[in-house]
Amino acid sequence: MSDVPRAETCVIACAEIFSGAGEIMASPMATTPLIGARLARLTTEPDLLITDGEALIFADTPAVGKSAPIEGWMPFRKVFDVVASGRRHVVMGANQIDRYGNQNLSAFGPLQHPKRQMFGVRGAPGNTINHPTSYWVAKHSTRVFTESVDIVSGVGYDNVDPDNPAFRFLHIHRVVTNLGVFDFGGPDHTFRALSLHPGVTADEVAENTGFEVVGLADAGETRAPTEEELSLIRETIDPTGLREKEVRPVDAAGVSR
Amino acid sequence: MTIGIGGWGSRRKPMALVRALARSDVRDLTVVTYGGPDLGLLCAAGKVRKAYYGFVSLDSPPFYDPWFAAARTSGSIEVREMDEGMVKCGLEAAAARLPFLPIRAGLGSAVREFWGDELRTVDSPYPDADGRTETLVAMPALDLDVALVHLDLADVHGNAAYTGVDPYFDDLFCAAAQRRFLETDRVVETEELVESVEVQRLLLNRMNVDRVIHAPNGAHFTFAGEYRRDEAFQKHYAASAADPDSWTAFREHFLDVDEQTYQERVVEWTRERAEQKEAASV
Repeated sequence: MSDVPRAETCVIACAEIFSGAGEIMASPMATTPLIGARLARLTTEPDLLITDGEALIFADTPAVGKSAPIEGWMPFRKVFDVVASGRRHVVMGANQIDRYGNQNLSAFGPLQHPKRQMFGVRGAPGNTINHPTSYWVAKHSTRVFTESVDIVSGVGYDNVDPDNPAFRFLHIHRVVTNLGVFDFGGPDHTFRALSLHPGVTADEVAENTGFEVVGLADAGETRAPTEEELSLIRETIDPTGLREKEVRPVDAAGVSR
Repeated sequence: MTIGIGGWGSRRKPMALVRALARSDVRDLTVVTYGGPDLGLLCAAGKVRKAYYGFVSLDSPPFYDPWFAAARTSGSIEVREMDEGMVKCGLEAAAARLPFLPIRAGLGSAVREFWGDELRTVDSPYPDADGRTETLVAMPALDLDVALVHLDLADVHGNAAYTGVDPYFDDLFCAAAQRRFLETDRVVETEELVESVEVQRLLLNRMNVDRVIHAPNGAHFTFAGEYRRDEAFQKHYAASAADPDSWTAFREHFLDVDEQTYQERVVEWTRERAEQKEAASV
């Protein structure tokens, strides 16, 4: 067992989503990927643009929920310009994801008569067709990782028309969950395990995924944070421990406390 | 009638005009919006037949609007759900009097199924460097009969400014509409308007506006440039939708009344709530 709390392993995995991203806008949509993006910016990816989630571009890299000096303006209308430009990497949540990377955050059930209503498709269709997209799932389960999604909000690889160059920018980079790090590098762009977090077994991932995970038996272990990263997470970016509200600590028996 | 409603989610919505619409005998509305409690209140009043939107969100817990959810799960409204960027694109097409504008967003997603034949694609007449043809979504113009928007500051002629961090898309809603209704927290002389904000904040001019309505705190319970979202009241709204009795009480107290009474009762509700909290903490 690692003595690094699971939430911090998830933060490291989220930071690595942005490895090599360069001078683009990092748009994390939940706490753990937000900490990850800021960690990347404070370590290996200083040129990332980050915002306050509303309309201001931060010059500095503040703690979660805190403000900072700004360097620019990014109201919603300009966000759509950035989306179309491709200079962005978004990390969205997902109510459902299938083996080809189709994602749903809209509703469950029939389109015009759903059983449960969520947000609607939001920016998911435009994000996925225009620029790198990753997903963050705080509770990896068969409810989320399902055979087929009810409503395709985020476009998956089997919905790409290879004859139409309009699809050429689609790239689903990573899926980070409380159990591991995944991509769509399996045969025909299927869901593949890249690493499992320390203490997570292949069986645990298989039991909690509604389809076969490519490369599960061979996946290594998600790397441990460095001392510098740990101190940045604990003291600078998330001193109040908001990350553990998304990912609870796991005890020796593998049970969330 | 097709109406566009400005703002975004639970941000600077023209709620005073939405409340007036909910009280009126107008029915069978088609609504175009970045949806929030505006769409929720109109669904609660049974006014909506069809909705065009990029999302519907209260922006804070419980996030999903309960009345929009109820209208959806009962199948009582027909929707043309789309990517957020497609709403902007459709308003820009209408503003420029074009039948469509091409956009990538929507391709490969369920947006195509939400719209059926109402949403088509367009092939580029210019092949790419490899000689291949790019096929894009042909986003149809979102032509509006009426636009409702809320800005923080205006003169009586329809010149108006936002004072917060984001203009949202209120100028586009007005540019896409035949009849434009602007509600504002403060009506001032033109000279005071232009002296009190940077020129880049003057989002609307006289050509964009037909009627100016003085509605202090009119965006309540969403936020506007000079006041925050009333989170407690928004939670009360959402919780009141949970059962028929609590909704009837909410509606009779806050919605079946004129705007001035609404505003007075909100002040009273806030004071009573603070007093109850104080009593509970003693």
